[in-house]
Amino acid sequence: MTAIAEGTRPVPRRSRFVLDRPEFMGPLFIAPAILYVVLLVALPFFLAIYYSVSAYTIFNPSYHFVGLKNLKEVLESDIFRHTLGNTFFFTIVSQIFGLLLGKVGAMLLIQDFPGRGIARALVVLPWAVPVSLAVLAWKWMFDSLYSVINWTLMAVGLMDPMNPAQWLGTTDLAMTAVITVHAWRLFPFGVVIFLAGLTSVPKDVLDAATIDGAGFWRRNYVIIMPIILPIITIALIFGTVFTFTDLSVVYLLTNGGPVNSTQVLGSLGFQVGVLSGDVSHGAVICLFLFPFLLLATIILLKVLRRREI
Amino acid sequence: MAAVAARHIRKQFGDVFAVNDISLSVNDGEFLVLLGPSGCGKTTFLRILAGLESQTSGDILIGGENVNEVPPRARGIAMVFQSYGLYPHLSVFNNIAFPLKTQNTPRDELRRKVDWAMRLLSIDHLSSRRPRQLSGGERQRVALARALVREPTVFLLDEPLSNLDAKLRTSARSELKQFQQTVRTSTVYVTHDQVEAMGMGDRIAVIDHGQLRQIGTPTEIYDQPADEFVATFLGTPPMNLVEREGGSLGFRPEHFLPREMLNGSALAEMPFRIDRMEYLGSERILYGEIEGRPSKRIVTAKLPAHAASDQLRAGDRHAFAVRCSELHYFDREGRRTREGAVQ
Ligand SMILES: Nc1ncnc2c1ncn2[C@@H]1O[C@H](COP(=O)(O)OP(=O)(O)OP(=O)(O)O)[C@@H](O)[C@H]1O
Ligand SMILES: [Mg+2]
Repeated sequence: MTAIAEGTRPVPRRSRFVLDRPEFMGPLFIAPAILYVVLLVALPFFLAIYYSVSAYTIFNPSYHFVGLKNLKEVLESDIFRHTLGNTFFFTIVSQIFGLLLGKVGAMLLIQDFPGRGIARALVVLPWAVPVSLAVLAWKWMFDSLYSVINWTLMAVGLMDPMNPAQWLGTTDLAMTAVITVHAWRLFPFGVVIFLAGLTSVPKDVLDAATIDGAGFWRRNYVIIMPIILPIITIALIFGTVFTFTDLSVVYLLTNGGPVNSTQVLGSLGFQVGVLSGDVSHGAVICLFLFPFLLLATIILLKVLRRREI
Repeated sequence: MAAVAARHIRKQFGDVFAVNDISLSVNDGEFLVLLGPSGCGKTTFLRILAGLESQTSGDILIGGENVNEVPPRARGIAMVFQSYGLYPHLSVFNNIAFPLKTQNTPRDELRRKVDWAMRLLSIDHLSSRRPRQLSGGERQRVALARALVREPTVFLLDEPLSNLDAKLRTSARSELKQFQQTVRTSTVYVTHDQVEAMGMGDRIAVIDHGQLRQIGTPTEIYDQPADEFVATFLGTPPMNLVEREGGSLGFRPEHFLPREMLNGSALAEMPFRIDRMEYLGSERILYGEIEGRPSKRIVTAKLPAHAASDQLRAGDRHAFAVRCSELHYFDREGRRTREGAVQ
């Protein structure tokens, strides 16, 4: 009986079910990602490593090997050392301000008030606006003649109208301006992360803390902050990598000036390697980012793994 | 003196009254159960007692003093939440110590109290674990220990057993009751489970739609329900209600028995048509209809399994009866009226 039934049923061809097989579909689905990483990340990375130990410039494209000569020259340059310091300062300070503002923003936006939906949507704007457009707007606000900031400060009597601040023209103020723009750009990210964190704290836990006698500060720093710490760490590392490698704000706002006071590794590498055509030294400068990013990534992965348990 | 008293508490959310004029008091050392269906306002009322929610109107008195304006931490209450509300990042020890730390308790006193609470609830071996490394029952005990170290005037417990599986719930129920009898702290316990309420409560307050329907000992609630709601909310299966002139007549399924099983005189006889029978091991449930007595719901009879004689079959008609002393009379509004007033 069964023999007859089997004999009459058409034998399914193996190839018909090829789409059901993980050993076929798996590699197929992952191939684009691998291709992307190899072509756009790994290849340029190794190319950069090679450039950094060769005498390659656009004008003289020789792959002549020079060893650590480029690295030595870069390390001995005052501008580079100054830039490295700038990069750290500007990354750390804008992180602090961006996340602090983000926390305050999130604590305000978690309250129930009319128009909360609109306010939440508006907060994301600094992120959604293209960086070139945003920096252009900021450039106007920092302009020596048309600065809205100066006008305001003059109007409330905090600034001498005869002696307006040259936001982008003096070294300290230029750094302040760059940090301000960066903190402003990080702020929405901070808000979103903190909002996600705050809403993930169970209401029962907060109520229990209230009954147990914890006031506003204790609830915040002994209960809420430790609970959302993993989320904040991830935000901090993402933000750090994001800021550390960014050159767009500096490039568009101050172009590194005045006198390299706002120069960061990204913008310096771009200036030396691309604009001046000294590819090998540019590569050395950019590769300097690598150890820090590697460290950040390792920490990030560690935190993520700890969170899973 | 009442440990806690509520006077005409109302709470309005939008245009619904989640709590509608509840007045009750909890005596010293008493275990009071708030019982009611889901959404009747039990949690809201408990949160008002705790001060986590402010009432629209009415007064809360704790230890005789009006605490309307007193913040939760100063009310001398401790609360155990449905999902326990343990601090996930703190060890068991630090969870229990937290309320003491907020009061700046000296170090050795803190240690002593936490150790005492952990020993009382037999969780001292767990002191360095995190909440997520504990079972449901252990979490519940940690939450109790945390409530206990504050030496509160009153415990507020919001369905603390609802996250446990059926078996654990039974043992946790008796542990909890025993624990309360040891510490003798006045307790308000919220549940929608009538078995928990009957088994644990010194008194039960039955709530429906934000209103207090009846408050009394389990026996009072069961034997003299104040209205049809209370009558049909308690008991499995619930009380039968059949129409009568001027209201309805109620009797519990376990009192509704075949005529021959009852002796004595004062009996109300009713012809019962059995539609369906259910055998539950120790007992047998009969579903059917009383001829000549319309009822909104199916009438049930609960017979001891051994007594359910073989003559009773689905489809049969049989003479059943209830002792007159076990009949309950309700008026048209569903309120209990004096027995035998109209028949
Ligand atoms: N914050 C709120 N806003 C609006 N309505 C609410 C709010 N909290 C509770 N309610 C409403 O009040 C009523 C009572 O809610 P409550 O949580 O007290 O019920 P409950 O008796 O504890 O129910 P359960 O047994 O399901 O926990 C419900 O109808 C609920 O929808
Ligand atoms: Mg509830």
